[in-house]
Amino acid sequence: MSETKKTDEAAIPQQTSASEGSADREVLLRVEGLTKHFPIKKGILQRQVGAVKAVDGIDFEVRKGETLGVVGESGCGKSTMGRVITRLQDPTGGKITFEGQDITRLSTGQMRPLRRDIQMIFQDPYGSLNPRHTIGSIVSAPFRLQGVEPEGGVKKEVQRLLSLVGLSPEHYNRYPHEFSGGQRQRIGIARALALKPKLVVADEPVSALDVSIQAQVVNLMDDLQQELGLTYVIIAHDLSVVRHVSDRIAVMYLGKIVELADRTSLYEAPMHPYTKALMSAVPVPDPKRRGQKNERILLRGDVPSPIAPPSGCRFHTRCWKATEICRTTEPQLIELRPGQRVACHHPENFADQAPQDTVLLSAAKEASELVPDAVVADAPAETKPAAAGDEPAAEEKPAGDKEPAAEEKPAAKDTASEQAEGSEATASEQAEGSEATASGDASKTAVPETAASKTPAAEPAEAAEPAEDAASAEAVAEAADTAPAPEAAEAAAAAETAGEKTGPGAKSTPGKATGKAAKKTPGKPATGTGSEESSGK
Amino acid sequence: MTELSKNGAAVDESAAAQRPEAFLEVRDLKVHFPTDDGLVKSVDGVSFSLEKGKTLAIVGESGSGKSVTSLAVMGLHRLGPRGKNVRMSGEIWLDGKELVSASPDEVRKLRGREMAMIFQDPLSAMHPYYKVGDQIVEAYRVHHDVSKKVARARAIEMLDRVGIPEPAKRVDGYPHEFSGGMRQRAMIAMALVNNPELLIADEPTTALDVTVQAQILDLIRDLQKEFGSAVIMITHDLGVVAEIADEVLVMYGGRCVERGPAGEVFEQPQHPYTWGLLGSMPRIDRETSERLIPVKGQPPSLINVPSGCAFHPRCPYADIPKGNVTRTVRPELEQVSTGHWSACHLPTEDRQRIWTEEIAPKL
Repeated sequence: MSETKKTDEAAIPQQTSASEGSADREVLLRVEGLTKHFPIKKGILQRQVGAVKAVDGIDFEVRKGETLGVVGESGCGKSTMGRVITRLQDPTGGKITFEGQDITRLSTGQMRPLRRDIQMIFQDPYGSLNPRHTIGSIVSAPFRLQGVEPEGGVKKEVQRLLSLVGLSPEHYNRYPHEFSGGQRQRIGIARALALKPKLVVADEPVSALDVSIQAQVVNLMDDLQQELGLTYVIIAHDLSVVRHVSDRIAVMYLGKIVELADRTSLYEAPMHPYTKALMSAVPVPDPKRRGQKNERILLRGDVPSPIAPPSGCRFHTRCWKATEICRTTEPQLIELRPGQRVACHHPENFADQAPQDTVLLSAAKEASELVPDAVVADAPAETKPAAAGDEPAAEEKPAGDKEPAAEEKPAAKDTASEQAEGSEATASEQAEGSEATASGDASKTAVPETAASKTPAAEPAEAAEPAEDAASAEAVAEAADTAPAPEAAEAAAAAETAGEKTGPGAKSTPGKATGKAAKKTPGKPATGTGSEESSGK
Repeated sequence: MTELSKNGAAVDESAAAQRPEAFLEVRDLKVHFPTDDGLVKSVDGVSFSLEKGKTLAIVGESGSGKSVTSLAVMGLHRLGPRGKNVRMSGEIWLDGKELVSASPDEVRKLRGREMAMIFQDPLSAMHPYYKVGDQIVEAYRVHHDVSKKVARARAIEMLDRVGIPEPAKRVDGYPHEFSGGMRQRAMIAMALVNNPELLIADEPTTALDVTVQAQILDLIRDLQKEFGSAVIMITHDLGVVAEIADEVLVMYGGRCVERGPAGEVFEQPQHPYTWGLLGSMPRIDRETSERLIPVKGQPPSLINVPSGCAFHPRCPYADIPKGNVTRTVRPELEQVSTGHWSACHLPTEDRQRIWTEEIAPKL
């Protein structure tokens, strides 16, 4: 097979430049601020009354030889995105650059020579093949349209393509209805590969197929990528499939990319709550894990309408971590960790971007209903911002992380919960008491949102006054351990501040850490009090 | 054909007693459709039983006969102009009543009341012209002699129960006004309005997003707990199976190739086809192995089911059993361990060895 492949490379000289050695990771396709709005028209005059914002400002790039997976629920705009980057539909705004050439506004005629470089595989293997054409005529259509004469003739080339995708060359004269779904999808792939494209956009290439066939097609696409050095954009709703095929993954929600990261980071440490929820919803074929439902986050309701998407962060209506800022300010897609871009004010597995913000009541309620205890409890300190503003109790987790004071941490927690159990009143009082401290800290650290988020480690750095040493942090932590209940919180708060200044790895701002403490202390045992609302659970 | 029903494997439980103890018992069910091209043996000798409060998952590729099995239980094949053509044999016992030989009227009385069905595509399963509430009311009033008002209250109650917000308002909505997940909930409400004891869900979440799928599966599980119904879940997604099933029945080419408790079927699958299904699934919970292990070839035609073991043309181990048996003799279900059955010619030792040494490490 590889021999024939080589001869064919020679056959289409224009294509030989498609660098087979995909080691160089230059950008093949770059998308900036891409939007696609479908107008809604009404009345006799067909005046535009609104727009379906299918794609609403997305940026990403596709590097040569890689596979970018795009996931999201139905209606999030992923298919529209695919059709716009292949210019099957015209973008409303933004810029698409393919190999350095701006193709955003090219006319159909100007686009035509590029069509051989950008191809598409469609979802429905039944709808995407003309039932009145033979397979031969379907797969040879690209050659006809592009006026390419492959070496050895079109028929020979088509038969080679058919055998490349695992069909028999004798199928040349058959019609699509004579094939099964998996075979049809192979025909679609053969057609897409006919002109040796550089970029293949595959819109749900396997979702219409049975599992066993699905695996065949996934493997086939994999092989072809290796063999021909293809670059894929694979759009799918099945997260398992996307995980299997992609190098990098973009998660879309309501026309926006909310997270863009390489596969390992995304699946092991998703940062956007939506990504986390999406992944937790995938059923795992392992009955032993059925009992452990606790990792599951149930999102309530459906994706809101893209005609009037929610203000601020579009996910805030369904997010259990939403705070005031989520409703008002739209988070930018920022690289928080190398290779992991996230658009969230309160990312998971990372320092909070707006720690001091007030939690939305609805979100807190939702959290208590939908998010299993385990998730809340597991959520590391830095991910529990919700209660920060309302209930800054304290905890010295960052200090404990870094310093020898590690042993103090659980102890202090115990004290805290004991005290909470002992007296709800004290707990809330103390919370109020320490609020001053915490908010003071918070205001210090409350750098403008964007600034904070641009530099991943910004908050600690900015808050860090000339360092206090580890010993003092430890000392304060010790104090926290031994101190009587009401003071414990304050002492711990101090420890926390200290810890932050000393520890380079101390990721949290005071607000955040205290947020967690708040949850640990009054919130949990004192159910039914006001604290429950703010602390989530 | 008759040797099948005589065979102990086909009728494993309570073979002696006419009237089975299990709530639902299907014995050697065959559903054949004569067509111009030949006889389509959609279901060719399937047996299983199901207790109340338990969930049976029927897994298989499209065209393996899983949907036909469930439609046969519901007696839906007898309806419509093609109904006369169906050839059904075997026994279906639901709560002590035999359904294959029962008259259409008798089955109709049970349908909706004792057994109900959730379909894959709620948009085509609901009537687009009638309000959702009216359709639920109709389902209720067929079996209950109550006023429209009472039935409507019941419809609202059910919509509320399945988690539709503002049920009193949505009861007057039309199916197209509901989103996919909502529609599926409404259909579940409709299926459950009569508190059926058997609920058949035919790919209830296949058309839905994962987040909605999780909601619906949770809902079905909760409702099952609440009403204690038996559930048959038809799906091709092994993830869903693991999530919800107590028992699994794997179908291939109209026959059951493996049946057993969910835990065992996932831990110790006995049939090469089950291995194939497990191997071809990309998993979200594990680091991606380099390649998926697909089942080669295509699902069989149900008109010309391959001789011998229907899976032999696709089976990588078809040549291990001696004497060409895989191509000539149809394997019967044999008990591997308690309640775990498999129809395969491979000797047990070979099966164990292949699974533990070749298949399991690659999954």
